[in-house]
Amino acid sequence: MELTTIWFLLIAVLFTGYFILEGFDFGVGMLLPVLGRDDRERRVLINTIGPVWDGNEVWLITAGGAMFAAFPEWYATMFSGFYLPLLLILLALIARGVAFEYRHKRPEPSWKRRWDAAIFFGSLVPALLWGVAFANILRGVPLSADHEYVGGLLDLLNPYALLGGVTTAALFLTHGAVFVALKTVGDIRERAGKLAVRVGAGAAVLAVAFLVWTLGIRSSTAAVALAAAAALALLGALAAARVRREGWAFAGTAAAIGLAVATLFAALFPNVLPSTLDAAGTLTATNAASTPYTLKIMSWIAVVFTPIVIAYQGWTYWVFRKRIGVAHIPQH
Amino acid sequence: MDALDVARWQFGVTTVYHFLFVPLTIGLSALVAILQTMWVRTGKERYLKLTKFYGKLFLINFAMGVVTGIVQEFQFGMNWSDYSRFVGDIFGAPLAIEALVAFFLESTFIGLWIFGWDRLPKRLHLASIWAAAIGTNLSAYFILAANSFMQNPVGYRINPDTGRAELTDFVAVLTNKVALVTYPHTIAGAFLVAGSLIVAVALWHLIRNRDTTDTPTYRFAAKFGSWVTLIAAAGVLITGDTQGKIMTEVQPMKMAAAEGLYSTESPASFSVLTVGSLDGSRELFAIKIPYLLSYLGTGDPNGTVHGINDLQAQYASQYGPGNYAPIIPVTYWSFRFMIAFGLTAAAIALLVLWTHRKGRAPRSKWLLRAGLLMPLLPLAANAFGWIFTEMGRQPWIVFGEMLTRDGVSRSVSLTEVLTSFTAFTLIYATLAVVEFRLLVRYARAGVPDLTEQPENDNEHDDAERPLAFAY
Ligand code: HDD
Ligand code: HEM
Ligand code: HEM
Repeated sequence: MELTTIWFLLIAVLFTGYFILEGFDFGVGMLLPVLGRDDRERRVLINTIGPVWDGNEVWLITAGGAMFAAFPEWYATMFSGFYLPLLLILLALIARGVAFEYRHKRPEPSWKRRWDAAIFFGSLVPALLWGVAFANILRGVPLSADHEYVGGLLDLLNPYALLGGVTTAALFLTHGAVFVALKTVGDIRERAGKLAVRVGAGAAVLAVAFLVWTLGIRSSTAAVALAAAAALALLGALAAARVRREGWAFAGTAAAIGLAVATLFAALFPNVLPSTLDAAGTLTATNAASTPYTLKIMSWIAVVFTPIVIAYQGWTYWVFRKRIGVAHIPQH
Repeated sequence: MDALDVARWQFGVTTVYHFLFVPLTIGLSALVAILQTMWVRTGKERYLKLTKFYGKLFLINFAMGVVTGIVQEFQFGMNWSDYSRFVGDIFGAPLAIEALVAFFLESTFIGLWIFGWDRLPKRLHLASIWAAAIGTNLSAYFILAANSFMQNPVGYRINPDTGRAELTDFVAVLTNKVALVTYPHTIAGAFLVAGSLIVAVALWHLIRNRDTTDTPTYRFAAKFGSWVTLIAAAGVLITGDTQGKIMTEVQPMKMAAAEGLYSTESPASFSVLTVGSLDGSRELFAIKIPYLLSYLGTGDPNGTVHGINDLQAQYASQYGPGNYAPIIPVTYWSFRFMIAFGLTAAAIALLVLWTHRKGRAPRSKWLLRAGLLMPLLPLAANAFGWIFTEMGRQPWIVFGEMLTRDGVSRSVSLTEVLTSFTAFTLIYATLAVVEFRLLVRYARAGVPDLTEQPENDNEHDDAERPLAFAY
């Protein structure tokens, strides 16, 4: 296989990992005001993701760095082109990251309320905007022949991209609810389980609509197969959630999100950022790529370190596998 | 004002801001790990108290380092897309490796450390903070290697067809001589900050609340922090000296600008204070130490140090017409502030040790005031060091290869950059206040009282026991 293809796959894997992992912690963040009725319950929710959210976010940092290293043209054009949405995502991630650490640092309810809002919006905004961004990548954006973005903000807010945004938000919400049901005990667990089924039904409708629309824009055999698998996985997850098989339900939503992201990448290949104007503007895995020398070095590093990272991150999840409930939350 | 100016301001502000938190993360992670190791080794409660106490301050700071770092990573593509296109083949790799090798390590193990007090065996828990500290210290190397490429490009060629820089020797990029000396200098600077913070907080408790049960604990912390500060200062001096020599070799203009040295001299004297003419082309008044600059720059008291005017003429003939000198007052003063502020902190550390000699206790209100200033001094020194390094490189973004003005994103409008610059400035200013207040609050609270929490509580059923730590 060509090195550029391998790196296209690796970037796809990194973003898939990012959306599966950060997907549920975005979900938990969005559910904070819904499932957390009082301070203790909200603390239970936050503590389900407390030890892992930062590690999850590094998937994004790695994906960004890898994109820069392997496809500098793609990184440069996309990040400068999607300027304002990325700015909003950054602001959201800043507020949210600090909030997890600072929320419990002072006892005043008004202090906590503010950080709760930061967690909620800090999770909602990226959950929506990542969908908008990836839908636009797939749909294509106005690029000039020398790969500069020449559209405006409104070009990014087209109906297809907005549907993409609502879909990712709904999927992450479901994923988060299932995760809470899996990681907690007592009342919260019950409510999360019920909510997962309800939100999940809506997410399924949106996801199917979005994937069908996607395949209408760009398609390949692999993409069709992946989209079908994503839909099945989501239905499986809902069925499992209904009968309270929480582990299976979580595996299902994780698979559904992973397969949906994979669908986008499969439909996109071999392009990485198609142009809706000048065909010469289209960025592909070949014309956006670094030199084979850089790709070769990066490949070795990825081959050695990715399994190590996955091993110790997996181990963290094992260490923190126990369910928690309000009884486990210390006074301060 | 155009988009370029705002993009530069944004880069400067966000990066300096990021680097307010980075030194503490680098230094304190390792120092907390050392304290915890001492506890595990000796079982003495005092070390556990200090681990938990400084660990808390470390985490308050750490959160800010993380969230401001993400901005850095995105910013190259957002505001400097032509720069990213030009150097992506070389510059992206260390960034990606930093994330994969270092950030994963550090973020995952920090999580394990924070929440792992009762879930991990003692030694594994200790290993977690070490893994995080190693990850953090490792991360600095890769980003500094990337930065060093901009100061002294190596291991690349320019592809004549695309006009882009292409990697030809990755090992050369990682062993760039600028990176090899920038790294220890930056790490030493980081420990200078962390050591100073430890001293400042301990001193405050020692002078404010005398003779409590925790006094011996703070005494130890004050001395420990002072030694760290002094050793770090020595490290900063030695590496800074080497850096000066390498800088004279690879970026002679920066050395000349650091000194406000307009014409070539051999031997050259070090300026303690120079006042130049307004247009910055002539020197009006100066206090100088003879031979010192020659020694700093070349290692030989009689060595030749090139002046700005000669270098300007040389660059103009080499690269075409243009101004190749950085803004002299900025480089001149930032260089001096860096050295002065950093060394003042070391002097205070010496004073703190002196007041602790032979079991004596510090009493002076003046020492208290100086001590409270202590962490701010090396923090400012770090910022000035970077301002010097980066402003001294101007007008280049990659020395000798690309001008800063050619690196900016063409598709980003003035409105967009202004929006982001305003947004970052506002959120950063707000968070600065919040974080500073929290640090003060937790620093004041003092070391925790460990008698409250029995270590192994067998009364509760394991499944029902509250977590040792929760957000
Ligand atoms: C506590 C902080 C601190 C202190 C006390 C010093 N420095 Fe420094 N210095 C830094 C913190 C720093 C820094 C922030 O870490 C920089 C910016 C980039 C870098 O590599 O380190 C730096 C850069 C820097 C550079 C620029 C390197 C380049 O651009 O190639 C030189 C030549 C020196 N330093 C030299 C010195 C000397 C001779 C010092 C003392 C006598 C000194 N520094 C004290
Ligand atoms: C090692 C990692 C770093 C890299 C890769 C890097 C990269 C850059 C780049 C691309 C620019 C050009 C943009 C511009 O001119 O504004 C720049 C400028 C600048 N950087 Fe750095 N930087 C690094 C570290 C730092 C740090 C840690 C600081 C400060 C604490 C800093 C302070 C500045 C300042 C003040 C400028 C503005 C210079 C100017 O625009 O006039 N940099 N740097
Ligand atoms: C402008 C260039 C820089 C970029 C792109 C950058 C990138 C980042 C990112 C993405 C993070 C967050 C990591 C996380 O979420 O865990 C971070 C934090 C950090 N960076 Fe920077 N950084 C820059 C400058 C520097 C410099 C110059 C140093 C050291 C000399 C440094 C060392 C660190 C450290 C130690 C942290 C602390 C927190 C952490 O590791 O997460 N960074 N940086």
